[in-house]
Amino acid sequence: MKIGEHRRTLARLLAVAAAGAMLAGCATTTGPASPADPFEPWNRGMYEIHQVVDGNFVKPMVQAYVDYTPKPIQQTIRNFFGNIDDLFSAITGLMSGKTDLAGHDLGRVIVNTLFGIGGLIDVASDGGIPKGDWDFGLTFGTWGFPQGPYLFVPLLGPTTVRDGTGWVVRAYTGPLSYVPDVPTRNIMYGVGAVDLRAQALQAESVIDQAALDRYTFIRRAYLQRRQYLLYEGNVPPEKEDQQ
Amino acid sequence: MSMTIRMALAALAAVFAFSVQAQEAPDALVKRVSQDVLQTIKSDPKIQSGDQARIREVMEAKLAPNFDFDRMTALAMGRNWRQATPEQQKRLTSEFKTLLVRTYSGALTQYRDQTIDYKPLRADPNSSDVIVRTEVVRQGQPPVQIDYGMEKKDGAWKAYDVVVGGVSLVTNYRDEFSEQVRAGGIDGLIKTLATKNGGGAK
Repeated sequence: MKIGEHRRTLARLLAVAAAGAMLAGCATTTGPASPADPFEPWNRGMYEIHQVVDGNFVKPMVQAYVDYTPKPIQQTIRNFFGNIDDLFSAITGLMSGKTDLAGHDLGRVIVNTLFGIGGLIDVASDGGIPKGDWDFGLTFGTWGFPQGPYLFVPLLGPTTVRDGTGWVVRAYTGPLSYVPDVPTRNIMYGVGAVDLRAQALQAESVIDQAALDRYTFIRRAYLQRRQYLLYEGNVPPEKEDQQ
Repeated sequence: MSMTIRMALAALAAVFAFSVQAQEAPDALVKRVSQDVLQTIKSDPKIQSGDQARIREVMEAKLAPNFDFDRMTALAMGRNWRQATPEQQKRLTSEFKTLLVRTYSGALTQYRDQTIDYKPLRADPNSSDVIVRTEVVRQGQPPVQIDYGMEKKDGAWKAYDVVVGGVSLVTNYRDEFSEQVRAGGIDGLIKTLATKNGGGAK
């Protein structure tokens, strides 16, 4: 289950704007519901906006993409963006001192770029080189930065101050921003965003089935998932989690 | 066959099943049960045609007996568990079980040609609380880790948590449950669960 797939570039810049707007709009918090989410009323508002926009426009479009685009094309598109993700996973992994992970990801990028037609075919996965899935938010985590307040950003989904900052850094450094032709670049951003949203479709039906309150369910799942990734599967037990 | 013989046979079968369970290692149990369930899903024509009721039936019969729903509910309730009366605890457990079985059934209907890797058990052989690690491998997609928290109780291993990609199905409910309890008390939570499950406990 992939919840909160949102590593890629598209409007990552929106995160900055949203973070700024959030600081302005968080005056009214009611009750100590979740210490991780001090701006809950604001975030819930953003979540409602997201539901309307996503449910009416984005999701139907993405569903059509999933239903009517030939599977090999979808896979090729995913591989292309996955290759860029691997490059960033290698860089951020190195910044975290994760040399094994960085080595694997760098190997993946080299293999897939050279032998997979510039990343269109994921040869490395077939060869069993594991994907690191590291990112700037996790790097900041290994440097000792806490998650900071939880944020829900319309269209981009769940994040935190730390992970959102990671998105922004990524947006500024991503290779797509160097594509010189603006329309081409925008199309690439668009396709990347659609692919990203498509990856979350399957998990969503499970969330609908499971959640009493989707907002809370997604928040908890996001924070758990990020914690799990940061500790690479060996999360130290929380005190609160004892019965 | 007379009624008594039939009953005696059933009792024998139950005893036998129990002793098999008692000797089985936790990772072997996870492997046997999940392979059995997946095999059933693949081969049952009703399930293949998307019959939700049939899937739930299979889950109830094959999967549910291997879970400790009391412990799962207590974990999801956290501090509020002890505030609940025994009667409330019973109803909570029953509703939560229904919700979990439904969720899991829904997820399983998406099951296609994945394979499962069973990781070697890294635990003290005398331990009564272990984590069984598995990985679902899907063609062209990243693998998903599924870990089972398992406890040995009265000689039999039972799962009390399922952790999918780092997200615990049980503790993921903690915020939601405490939210509901804060808003409408424990009875409020029971009501919400019952409504979610379609009007009441089974």
